[in-house]
Formats: sequence, C-alpha cells, structure tokens
Amino acid sequence: MEQAKAKIRIATTSLAGCFGCHMSILDIDEKIIDLVELVEFSRSPLTDFKHAENCDLGIIEGAVANAENVEVLREFRQNCKILVAIGACALNGGIPAMRNQFSLAECLQESYRDGMGLENALIPDDPELPMLLNKVHPVQDVVKIDYMLPGCPPSPEIIWELLTALIAGREPVFSEEQIRYD
Amino acid sequence: MPEFKLDNHSVSFLEGQTIMQAALEAGLYIPHLCFHPEFKPHGSCRVCIVHTNGRYVSSCTTLAEQGAQVISEQAEVQRQRRNLLEMLFIEGNHVCPSCEKSGSCTLQSVAEYCGMLSPTLPFQFPQRKVDASHPDTLLDFNRCILCELCVRASREVDHKSVFAISGRGIQAHLVVDSADGRLVNSLFASTDRAASVCPVGVILPKHKGFVEPIGQRRFDLIPISRQQEKAD
Repeated sequence: MEQAKAKIRIATTSLAGCFGCHMSILDIDEKIIDLVELVEFSRSPLTDFKHAENCDLGIIEGAVANAENVEVLREFRQNCKILVAIGACALNGGIPAMRNQFSLAECLQESYRDGMGLENALIPDDPELPMLLNKVHPVQDVVKIDYMLPGCPPSPEIIWELLTALIAGREPVFSEEQIRYD
Repeated sequence: MPEFKLDNHSVSFLEGQTIMQAALEAGLYIPHLCFHPEFKPHGSCRVCIVHTNGRYVSSCTTLAEQGAQVISEQAEVQRQRRNLLEMLFIEGNHVCPSCEKSGSCTLQSVAEYCGMLSPTLPFQFPQRKVDASHPDTLLDFNRCILCELCVRASREVDHKSVFAISGRGIQAHLVVDSADGRLVNSLFASTDRAASVCPVGVILPKHKGFVEPIGQRRFDLIPISRQQEKAD
C-alpha cells in the first residue's frame, strides 16, 4: 500500500498586525477541511506551539515594530523553507508604519502621557515588554521573503491560490482582480 | 489610413497621433499615469513604455509610424513598468487601506494591472505634511507621484497656475502658489479642473470621503484596463 504523503508543515504568526489576515485565512470556509488533509500547523495563533520548527511554509502577517517582532521573524526565516509575507502591514508597514511620521518619543508621549482621558499617565517601562523600534519596518527589511501577498486583508481566494500552488509545488498565478492593496 | 501593430492588433492612426492616442481610440489599453487625453502629453512617469524600433519609448510621446511593431503586453515590458511603479510607491507614503481614494486610484489600479504584488525596494517613509487649510479641498502630499496633471489643469484649463513642482530629483515636490504656501490663500477653487484631475489621493474633496463605499468604487467594479478613459 502506498504510504500516506507527509503533510506540509505550516507556521503562521502575526507581528504588528490586527489578525485580519489570519481571519482571512479562516475565511476559506469549508476549503479548510481540504487544507487540513494536506497540512499540519506548527507555531500559529491557531495552535499553542511556542516555536516554528522544521516548517515547509511560514506565513507572516504584520509589520516589524518591536524587538520581539524581529526575533520571531528571524526564527521563522531560520525554520521555514518558504517564507510568505501577507497583508499590507507585512509588505509595506501598513497602518502601523504611519507612526513613522513621528518620533518614537512623540508617539509614546501622545499615547501614554499627554493623550486625552488618561489617568495616572505613565509610559510603560516593564522590562518584560519588548522594546519598540524607532521606526516600523516592512518584513523584507529584516529577512528575505520568498512570496508576497497584498491586501488588507488579502482575500481568501488569493490566499487559497497561494497555498494550493505552493503545496502543489507550482508558481502561484494571480489575476488582476485578485491583486488588491486595500 | 496608416497602420501599426500593437502586440497582435492592427491599429490605424491619423498622421501626428501618438502610439497612446491611437491605441486608446482603438480601445486598446496601455497602462499610464501622467497621460490624460485632455492634456498635452508629459512623458514623465514612463509607465506607458513600449518596445518599438529596437528601443523602449514612452508611448504617450512617441508618434505612431506606418508599419511599426509595438510591443506592450510582454513580460519584460511589464517588469520594467513594475520597477517604475515600485519606485513611485516607495518614494511616497501610499497606505492604501487608510486612503479614501482607494478603489478609484489610478496608481493602485495600474499597479494591479501590471501585476505588482508589492514593492521590493526599501521604503523611504518621507516626512510630508497635509494641507487641510482649504474649506472644501484637502491636500495630502504623501501620495503625490509628480504626474503634474494638476499643474497642467490649473495652468491650461483654469488659467491660475495654482500648482507647480519645486525641487529636483528625490527632492521634487508639489507646491501651491500662495504667500504662505497654503491652499486656502491661493486662487484655487473646488470647482477648478485641477480639483478633480488628481489620479491619486492628493487633491481630495472634503466632506464626502466615504459617500461611495469601499468595494463599489470605480476600479473596484471594473479594472482600469477595461475602462475607457473618461473625464474624472
């Protein structure tokens, strides 16, 4: 009897993102049943694994805004054969990168010290909190990215095309209608 | 009538017409940003490049020639267009998800047509201000691609020359002709042609940002390549 084909191992993470891209992955609806026949999940918000290990495919949502984002992104690069960036934040910084118009000090002061309605205003300084980077970066500023999928979020259709293409070992093909930046 | 070949299509043209003009009249799309049929061709964005007579030329400024073979829909031409588009994206702050022009933005739609998934060059994140001084019109300089359509519209149609490009190279930027540089103190009126010609989200009418819902805007419904050029 033919041996069952080894499942493709996928890790996913959201860096400075809103989890909207992950919601869009779930939006493939009943196709997710086909998907779990073909893949297994390593580290992901959908599982409770703490690390991405020996993965075929890594999916990154979100921009790089703090030191932990950098560490997670590097871990994914080291442990995933193919690394995919999905969504506007991962690709170009997106909404989080709008803070690049201001200094980090200005952002912290506005959010935690001078903003409206604050009581006991205090800039968080717990040593367990990851340090914020001076500027927000697209993921490609930190590691090599193999495929990029635009959208805010990318549609379930374009995500499905990417996943099925990579699982089948072919190059994904996107139509003009599927490529959206919003 | 003389003819040239655009990819596999025969295109007839009138003497003195550019490749772009003849193609548009024949209903064939060549992606473009700074070209607009109402205005004199500018040839600055280079997105309308095609290959003909052994070299790359901008189709909006090159005259059609009898018997010429013009290549537009070819992988290498599209790759060069994507390079140009990438540079426009990374030199400004184009945050499509937060832009009220999204869905009716020519830059966005042209890049989607050319198959740009994302810029791969390093983003510049330039520091640019918005000018919200005018009661009816907002200027968001973050999205300017220096196409000069507003410059041409204000000069040629409105006869006001409210807009101009100042600076050179990476420093080039849109400026407003008024004592303090603010739109409210210029001759600009929201009924000007310049107010409605911007292909991106720089010159925006106030008070009606989301009247047209996201998903139902001009290029949401039909991609730019299948729309006839029309006055905005």
